[in-house]
Amino acid sequence: MAVTRLRTIVSTGAVAVLTALTIAPLAYMVVVSFMPRGESTTLPTPLWPSHWSGENYYELLVRRSIDGAWFDYRIVPALVNSLGIAAVSTLLGLLLTVPAGYAFAKLRFRGRARLLQLLIASLVVPGQVAMLPLFLIFRELGLVNSYAGVILPSLAGIFAILFVRQATLAIPDEMIDAARIDGAGETRIFVSIVLPLLTPIVVTLALFLFLGSWNDFLWPLIVLADQHLYTLPVAIAAIGREHAADGELMMAAAVVTTMPVLLLFLALQRYYLTGLLGGSIKG
Amino acid sequence: MTRQERTGWLFTAPVLAIIALVFVLPTALALALSVTDYSIYALADWSNLHFVGLGNFTGLLSTPLFWRALGNTLLFAALGVPMAIGTSLFVALLLNDATVRWKPLWRVLLFAPYVTSVVATAVVWRILFNQRFGLINRALAAVGIAPVDWLGDPHVSIPAILLFVTWKIFGYNMIVFTAALSAVPGELIEAARLDGAGRWGRFRHVTLPAIGPTLLLATVMSVAGFLQIFAEPYVMTLGGPAQSTTTVLYFMFDEGFKWWNLGQASAVAFVLFLMILAVTIAQTRIGRRHEWL
Repeated sequence: MAVTRLRTIVSTGAVAVLTALTIAPLAYMVVVSFMPRGESTTLPTPLWPSHWSGENYYELLVRRSIDGAWFDYRIVPALVNSLGIAAVSTLLGLLLTVPAGYAFAKLRFRGRARLLQLLIASLVVPGQVAMLPLFLIFRELGLVNSYAGVILPSLAGIFAILFVRQATLAIPDEMIDAARIDGAGETRIFVSIVLPLLTPIVVTLALFLFLGSWNDFLWPLIVLADQHLYTLPVAIAAIGREHAADGELMMAAAVVTTMPVLLLFLALQRYYLTGLLGGSIKG
Repeated sequence: MTRQERTGWLFTAPVLAIIALVFVLPTALALALSVTDYSIYALADWSNLHFVGLGNFTGLLSTPLFWRALGNTLLFAALGVPMAIGTSLFVALLLNDATVRWKPLWRVLLFAPYVTSVVATAVVWRILFNQRFGLINRALAAVGIAPVDWLGDPHVSIPAILLFVTWKIFGYNMIVFTAALSAVPGELIEAARLDGAGRWGRFRHVTLPAIGPTLLLATVMSVAGFLQIFAEPYVMTLGGPAQSTTTVLYFMFDEGFKWWNLGQASAVAFVLFLMILAVTIAQTRIGRRHEWL
């Protein structure tokens, strides 16, 4: 008995220490963001604010007049942009990929097998290969420097289609055939029979799509030139170049960027973690 | 056309059209672009566009910064893959121990860094790595190690960024390995224990073969991921110091969107693609030989 208890304490303790180390950078990020300006660059490096100050968030988020001219870091507009872009990407992404995933699993149509093979094969091509010509295409179409230009590439959800297809294969064919015999139309079958069964998968996919869009960096960096359209990561990278020395301010910016998705993840982690396995377990 | 057939196309055509527009067509164009001298001049006037054959590729071979970026990227992958996979596996094994309590809690917290934005957390780690005020050097000082200029010294800049990357991504493979480990038959491990196999022996001869396929898949994905490293050096070091963290993708970005040498940059993109393809094929071969796939 005593030996098992000791083992429990040692093993749980080891995992707890490891977890503490992993979380430490995020905790430190929050703590420093509340330090008065300049405090994090004093020696010895403080681990705790001398007093909790909201001035970094105030400076970062509030628009104010300096010598008659309006000044702000464009974090609030970037936050709104990121939210909007992620929401639209997620909604449209679901609308496009969920029916497609279902069709590739359950509907018989000519060319299905060939198309599926092509989709799987295309996973080997890294997205960056397409980026330069895509920029030129979007330039011709007038999509550079627009929300549509950011969103459109994120809708090409090959992975999402395969993810939904994999989950749909588990739905018994008999169920769908029975509905057909009862006279239900194909769209009706999808909406009122398949979709309810796929709800956990759709929630999981929504979370993947939202986080993917929220954290995306390279493509928004390429396609957006106008500061007013910047998403949060692009805005943070831009501010970081000029304010690298303002540790507390940058930490507040990092908190604003990471906290929304961290909270979303924590709230829906059950879906996320099981979904992650749904995509990776093979046969 | 049957009703199923019609619905099938109705459901797939929109997303297939988008995939064709933003992925298939541009990928094909990239190949075409890589044999031209498409640059800022062609951007202004198409008549400035010329076919240069393999000129871009041979041009790359004589560009020292390209070789530097290639070397850095390979170093990132060679160090990063064992580092990241090793950490994931180590933590998964630790978490897999039957006596560990509150597993779901640890799992969620250990995974949390993975969902954060690379840019925002890179900003945090840049501050942790600060030579004078960073917490990492403060911790090192406590055990008597002199301060390291993590992001300013070309010899440690890659390990520093890899420390950040490993922290950020190990949770993903940890979850994957945890699932694989839970499928390892307990009786087999017990039998090995009875046969006198030690901790390492049981891991080497029972656990490792059982999770082999998962390990291989994770490695393939990680190699591809590390070959595409970009945002971390972009935010933390701007490719420096002394170009020690300029990667292939970083080079492509600069070549394409800073200098507008899109032909040259497309050639870089293809080199990257071929590297990833080669590694994937090689690893699939190894997997087949061991009957993992």
